Amino acid sequence: MNVVETVSAETRLPMVAVVGHPNAGKTSLFNALSGARQKVGNYPGVTVERKSAELALPSGGRVELVDLPGCYGLVPRSPDEAVTRDTLLGRQAGERRPDAVLIVLDATNLAAHLRFALDVLRLGIPTVVALNRMDMAARDGLVLDSALLAAKLGVPVVETIAVRKRGLAAVLEAVEARVAVPRPALPDFTPGDPRKLGREGRDLAKAVTLQEGSASRIGRRLDAVLLHPLLGPVILAAILFLMFQAVFSWAEAPVGWIEAAVAWLQAIVSGLLPVGVARSFLVDGVLAGVGAVIVFLPLILILFSFILVLEGSGYMVRAAFLMDRMMASVGLNGAAFIPLLSSFACAIPGIMATRTIPDEKDRLTTILIAPLMTCSARLPVYAVIIAAFIPAQRVWGPVGLQGLVLFALYLAGIVGAMVAALILRRTVTKGPAPTFLMEMPSYQVPALRDILVGLWLRAGAFLKRAGTIILMVTVTLWVLASFPKVPEGDGRTQVEYSIAGRIGNAIEPLVRPIGFNHEIAMSILPAMAAREVAVAALATIYAIDASDDDTSGLIERLQGSWPLPTALAFLAWFVFAPQCLSTLAVVRRETGGWKWPLFMFGYLFALAYVAAGITFWVSSALLG
Amino acid sequence: MTLDDLPISVPARVAGFGPLAADVADRLVELGFDEGAEVETLHRAPLGDPIAVRVDGATVALRLALARAILVTP
Repeated sequence: MNVVETVSAETRLPMVAVVGHPNAGKTSLFNALSGARQKVGNYPGVTVERKSAELALPSGGRVELVDLPGCYGLVPRSPDEAVTRDTLLGRQAGERRPDAVLIVLDATNLAAHLRFALDVLRLGIPTVVALNRMDMAARDGLVLDSALLAAKLGVPVVETIAVRKRGLAAVLEAVEARVAVPRPALPDFTPGDPRKLGREGRDLAKAVTLQEGSASRIGRRLDAVLLHPLLGPVILAAILFLMFQAVFSWAEAPVGWIEAAVAWLQAIVSGLLPVGVARSFLVDGVLAGVGAVIVFLPLILILFSFILVLEGSGYMVRAAFLMDRMMASVGLNGAAFIPLLSSFACAIPGIMATRTIPDEKDRLTTILIAPLMTCSARLPVYAVIIAAFIPAQRVWGPVGLQGLVLFALYLAGIVGAMVAALILRRTVTKGPAPTFLMEMPSYQVPALRDILVGLWLRAGAFLKRAGTIILMVTVTLWVLASFPKVPEGDGRTQVEYSIAGRIGNAIEPLVRPIGFNHEIAMSILPAMAAREVAVAALATIYAIDASDDDTSGLIERLQGSWPLPTALAFLAWFVFAPQCLSTLAVVRRETGGWKWPLFMFGYLFALAYVAAGITFWVSSALLG
Repeated sequence: MTLDDLPISVPARVAGFGPLAADVADRLVELGFDEGAEVETLHRAPLGDPIAVRVDGATVALRLALARAILVTP
């Protein structure tokens, strides 16, 4: 086998793969076992996330635990299910064959989950079974004989409640015993007939069930309200509206603290260094640029908290169910709702989440419209422009005008996406009507740990971006905007005279018709690296031209120099603006070529130009 | 009778599949729609489509067009 070995020395520990149905509580168990120590990477060649963590076993030995994508069987129906199958068979590029498998089963839906377990057991890999959600089984009055199940399966069975960290020590002990077992050679594997495995699973479930449970009443009652044909959509709309209002109002205080901290650092650096290039570099370049971006960490964390809670509670699939009919009317599928909602945080995980959409054309359409969902990187841009140009007045009760404008911008993106999907499905991504088929997980209170781990991973990714790509682009822009130095007595400002100013001059004629000025022309190019850089770029450009005793922030500077139609056109541009380079790279990887990313770039660029133009002309005419 | 005609909260059993692509039929089996499995329609989405169906211990959402290919007996 010529598999590329990408694992480093520290990960040459015995590997334990965690597998199970998508709703078995697999990730909760993985989080409970690994906490925040997990590493998130990618499998080579595919954009399937690889989550792993190093664990200490009771005796002091160590293993690498890998959370494989959830699946229903060993016949893959999507790229992420293929990773699970190929890893178990030792065929996944860049991954070792597991030394042991931890199968997670939902005790409340044992028959269906046993079908999958029986198929995995046929591989002969040393196995531990975690019988999870025992708390919900108990609540429903369901009593299972786990010792009998262990005897029948021939592998250790441990009862767990992942969300409450119950049974973890027993899982680790069982895993320890299993990794010590030498792994037999892989049998000649063909996936089992699902009907035959299903019968075996049902017989086995019946045999180990000592007392039948009654289906969860709370779940039924919640569904009666949340899936109600009239109430359901109203509640969904209210949740989404609350989410966007919260992003603005809850973040206000922490954003203020970060702003104050950045200003304090700038003051300290200004006090320590004499006026000159070094001081300008640190204060106007690094601190102004990166500072302008990291103030949005609270907004991004709030948005992700909502998405993680909606996912963890089991509501997300219900939202997909409610939205399916509407999505069908533009040729999409309710399943596309989940990747699209994730795209509000970032288009990259959103596009990666489309892997669960089985139909090829359906998936491609979802990928192409995902960047129209306003990602959190555009939030800094919206936030700055709204704060500068939209008055902070109350419209109705707690609803403010600023939040309302933000909601309208998100809505414009959604409507744009729906129209784009409708057109794409009739032209370039024409194909048979897709179907919608999804399991609805039972409701649960999401574990705080799962939310915190999710936020931790995302905050880390955001700060890493701020520290690398954004810092690099900001510094480059500072250099381009600071040199060559404007000669004494020249009528032009420093930025106008610099290289960046000259590049801006070249672009300006192209964007002048849609109301963009010189500074915007300079900021939209670096915004391709990461969209929040538009804010960092504007902050740097205005900071360089400001006099040294001018301590006003970006917002005051914008208020003084942009007419309102220009600000509105700038907002409209960012509703549709061509997505960042990382998004294009992910689309290339997901679609296997440059054709679709280039197509996406072209159509979004045209949309952004037209939308900004119309906004500028209409608002100029209305505002006189 | 097919699953799309089954009224809400009336239990029935899966009797087989109508004309259906083999991989779709296999996925339905994996989700629990196996011959003999007890099913019950729980909810209809706004405008009647898709529907949420309880099958074994799970709830599965599917469109009417697909439900039409699942045969049930009361």
